[in-house]
Amino acid sequence: MLQQAFNGLVGGAFYAMLALGLAVIFGMLGVVNFAHGAFYMLGAFGSYVLLDSYGVNFWVSLAVVPLALGLVGVLLERLFVRRLTPLDPLYNFLFTFGLALILQDLVKRRYGVQSQPYPRPALLDGTVDLGLFTYPAYQVFVLAVSLVLCAAVWLVLTRTRAGMIVRAATERPELTRALGVDVGRWVTPVFGFGIALAGFAGVLAAPMRAVNPLMGADLIITVFAVVVIGGLGAIFGSVTAGFAIGLVSALGNLYVPALSQTMVFILMAAVLLWRPAGLFGREEALS
Amino acid sequence: MRALGRAAAAVAAAGVTIAGCAGGPGAGGSAGGISDGKVVLAVLNDQSGIYADLSGKSSVEAVKMAVADYKAKYGDKAVATDVEVLSADHQNKPEVANSKAQELYDRQRADLILDVPSSAAALAVAGVAKAKKKIFMDIGAATTELEGAQCNKYTFHYGYNTYMLAHGTGATVTKDGAKNWYIVYPDYAFGQDMQKNFTAAVQGAGGTVVTSDPAPFPNDNFSTFLLKAPGLDPKPEVLGTMQAGGDLVNLVKQYNEYKLRDKGIGLAVGLMFITDIHSLGPDALAGTKFTEAWYWNGSPENRAWADKFQSVAGKRPSFPNAANYSAALQYLEAVQRAGTDGADAVVKQLEGHTFEDVFARNGSIRAQDHLLLHDVHLAQVKPSAEVTEPWDYEKILSTIPADQAFQPADPACKL
Repeated sequence: MLQQAFNGLVGGAFYAMLALGLAVIFGMLGVVNFAHGAFYMLGAFGSYVLLDSYGVNFWVSLAVVPLALGLVGVLLERLFVRRLTPLDPLYNFLFTFGLALILQDLVKRRYGVQSQPYPRPALLDGTVDLGLFTYPAYQVFVLAVSLVLCAAVWLVLTRTRAGMIVRAATERPELTRALGVDVGRWVTPVFGFGIALAGFAGVLAAPMRAVNPLMGADLIITVFAVVVIGGLGAIFGSVTAGFAIGLVSALGNLYVPALSQTMVFILMAAVLLWRPAGLFGREEALS
Repeated sequence: MRALGRAAAAVAAAGVTIAGCAGGPGAGGSAGGISDGKVVLAVLNDQSGIYADLSGKSSVEAVKMAVADYKAKYGDKAVATDVEVLSADHQNKPEVANSKAQELYDRQRADLILDVPSSAAALAVAGVAKAKKKIFMDIGAATTELEGAQCNKYTFHYGYNTYMLAHGTGATVTKDGAKNWYIVYPDYAFGQDMQKNFTAAVQGAGGTVVTSDPAPFPNDNFSTFLLKAPGLDPKPEVLGTMQAGGDLVNLVKQYNEYKLRDKGIGLAVGLMFITDIHSLGPDALAGTKFTEAWYWNGSPENRAWADKFQSVAGKRPSFPNAANYSAALQYLEAVQRAGTDGADAVVKQLEGHTFEDVFARNGSIRAQDHLLLHDVHLAQVKPSAEVTEPWDYEKILSTIPADQAFQPADPACKL
């Protein structure tokens, strides 16, 4: 039971990392990034290609791939998203949705649909004794890294001036602008950061999940539910909801397997009935 | 002037050819002869989705190889002198498969449709074949319905089915000593069917299915089930997974992470293609047992054919590739014996036919239900230390003879 709960947290780590990126992007730009899953997939494929064609190991990929994808994110924001933001939100929705399809198909064209092999890094091949039970080292690593990452993001957001601005701009963009902060300047790096985070999650996923063009599309629906449960644009809420959903679906698998996939959406419906803006969202964000 | 003369000659030649055809045995499409002057084989399968890598376009190449081999064998005596190979993508959707099949039979004059993976699509095409009275040889789909309640005179099932997979792996592994099974299956038609067949096979061989759990489909986190396995009472000796494609890859990766093999729980896979082993790397699956319809490196003859296949398709053949080759070849042989491509005459030639080719050893097409019976194998994935060349992943443990590999004819089938 305890082990199962731990398990859920590992699954939740991916939800949390992806939801965190989605939340900052949505909060600051008002863009629902449908391409987020595709960037997660690109993260995993990026590390596969680096290893397969250039012999670059997991640890280097973990740094290089998110950085490269972050730059891609910056370019995308500069070239497209920025121009579409003043228009109807539908434009950015269509843009990111189309982008996701294109990225998926390009990868499919080049690498086919079968999953690509990616071995676990040798350093994390064993198991770790956690006192109450032993657990695969790699999964412990994933959980630890994502917790550290979320905590680091949290510290940056709450303890630094830049973080304060981003937080203000994420949660109340209009008011922040009115206070004389150039919100526009912060938009590009935040978008790039969100994409980099998705790529990072992808690199982490490669050794433990099937690396194929659809891996992001399969996951992203749940992540959207997570973000909605946490409260659209609420950073803390998204992370918490990510881990919570991981727990719920792991325990759901155990006790009511037939419902485990719908469970997330049942929970979403219940939360929205109780708090229409999500667990940590503000009502005004809805208007 | 000279150019004009050449053009005129070409036109005249073409005229003669057409006249020749019209006057040939195909005229009128009456009894005997070749309808429309040519035999058209159509490969209808998934060319861009999840089954594209294991069959898809490479099966079209295999069918072309069959045509070339047929022509080389009969030369001037070939009944089918003009053979065309078409292909179409059904995107794994039954409704697309249905309309493509109609189009192939009606507008493109296909005499035979081949492959059609995924059971729902295959059953849709079988319905069209029956209505149009045209031949359909299914390779890609696993459902036993094709030779069961939904069988028909024009449909043949070629290569494998869920019974053969369950019986091969479930019964053999149980007889080899793994009595207690824990089965995890994807919660949709194929998985449920496999779970049922596996349970029957395990029990039939004196084993017990301790528990079987449905998993969501698709799913990327199987840890719940993997953690549960060692705690079951009695402790299962083997985890039987009915997952396929990406789900199978996810499950096996996590099976290895939890080191279940070290905890005494072996792995048996319901349906596995060589492309799946390639995805995971042989080490992830080393020791896993499964039923294989055909293996490219299983004999010198297979290997010779695989070399030829590789020179046109650029990769090693999967069993559906080889089965498509064999089905096309046996169809053309039947046309040769019948002296016509008229569907009824060809069906008569195929029914009860016994033969050997590179895919089908001890092959015979059962007259009652049109199921191909042939020798299949229990295979095991090699550890990478034993892999000596690319795609050499399998060790054949035993051969299951044709008459034991498949189920007895279902009385529900009325051709």
